[in-house]
Amino acid sequence: MQWNSVSEFLNMGGYALYVWGSFGCTALVAVFEIWQVRAQRRAVLRNLSNELESNADSKEAQS
Amino acid sequence: MKSTDIHWFKFAAPQNFYFLAGKMWPWFAALATVLTVVGLYISFFVAPVDAQQGQGYRIIFVHVPASQLSMFVYLVMAGWAGFGLAFNTRLSGMMATALAPTGALFAFLSLVTGAFWGKPMWGAWWVWDARLTSELILLFLYLGFMALQASIDDPRRADKAGAVLALVGAVNVPIIYFSVKWWNTLHQGASVSMKGASMATPMLAGMLIMVVAFWMYAIAIILLRVRSIILDRERHTDWVKNVVRTEYAVE
Repeated sequence: MQWNSVSEFLNMGGYALYVWGSFGCTALVAVFEIWQVRAQRRAVLRNLSNELESNADSKEAQS
Repeated sequence: MKSTDIHWFKFAAPQNFYFLAGKMWPWFAALATVLTVVGLYISFFVAPVDAQQGQGYRIIFVHVPASQLSMFVYLVMAGWAGFGLAFNTRLSGMMATALAPTGALFAFLSLVTGAFWGKPMWGAWWVWDARLTSELILLFLYLGFMALQASIDDPRRADKAGAVLALVGAVNVPIIYFSVKWWNTLHQGASVSMKGASMATPMLAGMLIMVVAFWMYAIAIILLRVRSIILDRERHTDWVKNVVRTEYAVE
């Protein structure tokens, strides 16, 4: 183990802003992208489902 | 052809690829998670402090994977786009469209983590240096590709226009890669080359594991994204209608 205490670990030898900034931004980007992909899937399924329903309605109206 | 051969072109049909991708992504996501945990542990608890850069060098464990993926995803995107242009296959354009946002985010991360590294080591968040500038151009190429595709309503035409941009822009990738050799630059040269690595073994191991973790993440997220794109663009087929009926009730 190279760290004697939690505060020494968090301090990163004086590079805390830069090291945690880099890892933090990477984590944020991953969280954002996972959210975006899930939101996109929900939106596509919702749109297509609405489209199916409106098509079914118009067919019923015609008959 | 023997009957035991794998029929690869079968998976080129969007319908088959949709279900194949659905089966594959959880495995890549699981691998990405495990490798990230192992990679982070090595990054912070096994890899020793650097003689010159102290603890600040640990940025390498996210900077190198993000930069490498930003370049490689572009080449894969241009490859799919070119394949689609040559053979007019439907899946190719969908793959290129799915790859672009992930590549753009990696290019963005490469620049951000690079700035966080540049400030303490060079004294500047940004310099107009060959490596940094060509990586910025890569980000703009991704954004240009996405904007161009979004501005054309007909998806097949959007694919073709995007493919031309992607192929022309591919010349930038070797420029980024060799920029540290071709021009005088603040950016350090490659840490790993054919001659071997210029770093301690645990540092190298940590970096390589993080690179593979980023790979697995990229594959999982791109498979997930391409599934939505396939559904959207094959919306007039019966199989998509069946998927929507069964899955929308569940989700």
